[in-house]
Amino acid sequence: MRSLYVGRSEAVAARMMGGEIVVISPEDSSLFTLNAVASCIWNSADGDSTLEQIVRNQVCAEFEVGFDAALEDAAAFVREGSQHGILQVSEQPLPRNPQVVLPTPETKL
Amino acid sequence: MSLMDEVTARALSLGIPFSLHLDVTYRCNERCVHCYLDHDDHGEMTTDEIKRVLQQAAATGTLILTLSGGEPFLRKDFFEILTYARSLMFAVKIKTNGMLIGPEQAERLRELHIGEVQISIYSHRADVHDAITKVGGSLDRSLKAIRFLRDQGLNTVISCPLMRANIVDYPQVQTLAAELGVKFTMDPTITPKMDGDASVVKHRIAQPDIARVFQDSTLVGDVNEFCRPSGPVTDDLLESVPCSAGHTSVYVSPYGDVFPCVQFPVACGNLRQQSLEDVWLHSKQMNQIRSIRVRDLHTCSGCNHVSGCTRCPGLAYMEGDMRGPSSADCEKSLIKAGLAEMSSGPEVAQAPLVQIQALW
Repeated sequence: MRSLYVGRSEAVAARMMGGEIVVISPEDSSLFTLNAVASCIWNSADGDSTLEQIVRNQVCAEFEVGFDAALEDAAAFVREGSQHGILQVSEQPLPRNPQVVLPTPETKL
Repeated sequence: MSLMDEVTARALSLGIPFSLHLDVTYRCNERCVHCYLDHDDHGEMTTDEIKRVLQQAAATGTLILTLSGGEPFLRKDFFEILTYARSLMFAVKIKTNGMLIGPEQAERLRELHIGEVQISIYSHRADVHDAITKVGGSLDRSLKAIRFLRDQGLNTVISCPLMRANIVDYPQVQTLAAELGVKFTMDPTITPKMDGDASVVKHRIAQPDIARVFQDSTLVGDVNEFCRPSGPVTDDLLESVPCSAGHTSVYVSPYGDVFPCVQFPVACGNLRQQSLEDVWLHSKQMNQIRSIRVRDLHTCSGCNHVSGCTRCPGLAYMEGDMRGPSSADCEKSLIKAGLAEMSSGPEVAQAPLVQIQALW
């Protein structure tokens, strides 16, 4: 499998909410909710890391999952995300994404 | 339940101000006859103060940011504010009259991936539109802005507030929006001024016109569904929150004052003295509003229309009681019920109505 670099689209709006990331694509106002694993990939998609690196260093470190299975799921997520324009995929490193504020607000009320 | 409903429900359960409306100025280059604002500058927040508010909002979990005014493009730092907001990954919606949007501004908005730009168009006729804005040539300039935005591929919406002066024109504005290839929305709500002055509500459309609007399928979709008799008053309904204001949405004025909603002028704190999180979590007023359930609405909880009513607590507050009815919304519910009665037969007519006299 080729090494693919993954970056977040700079067009999207996003916020962490209850451990999951909510993403809005301004292109078509689509709303996405990413589960914990997808959120981990999305957060790590800095344009500088390959999908393999993200899966090995982030996903497998955070979740109890084998590398091969995680990579397969991650590749499917990245493919879908790039089709919807919330992720960018390239064989070359992408411009590094700026640091974003994605806080995890706790239930406070 | 739509995904947005699910996300909003999650925001509600987490206590997150998911949606923030920030008016960056009350100054305006139009003088619309129905406007609820005072257009003097009483000490707007500086660029840095606004950036701090945005930072706090992002940290509190806000995702949807509506920037409006006044006319927001009158601020010389507006693009700096927009750029900063997008760097914090807000979904940004702008409400403007478009008078200061040329090709260059439209291009910059596209580069910033602004989610929506909403421009008010009152009529397809310049004499009617310009009489409402009190600015000659304003229709022409607003329409030019819409074309610039559309040409950039931006999600552009024509908003048509309905008033006595333009009630006959909205179908042509709708046609104009279709011709321009942009979305159309209308709203018959005219709000008293924030200081309580109710003089502007004389512009509200009359009852027969509300009824006509409610029967226009191009506006409301399925008329029978829209005017469907209200559902049963269940315990779940009585335990629900009456409105998102103060629960998942919040409003901040150009002076840093925090309110539950732009139409709900209960001052809850000021962001020059407190953080947004502090006001959101600890304001006595915010928590008082947040504690209200439909069950606590002394008149509305006993009304058979309560499940289908779009009661605005802010309008009720401006009528004197945030737990009371809003006469403008009662009027709309009664009109809908009357239309349902005409279309559905006698069983609907048996439903008792709460009769409330409009104050204005």
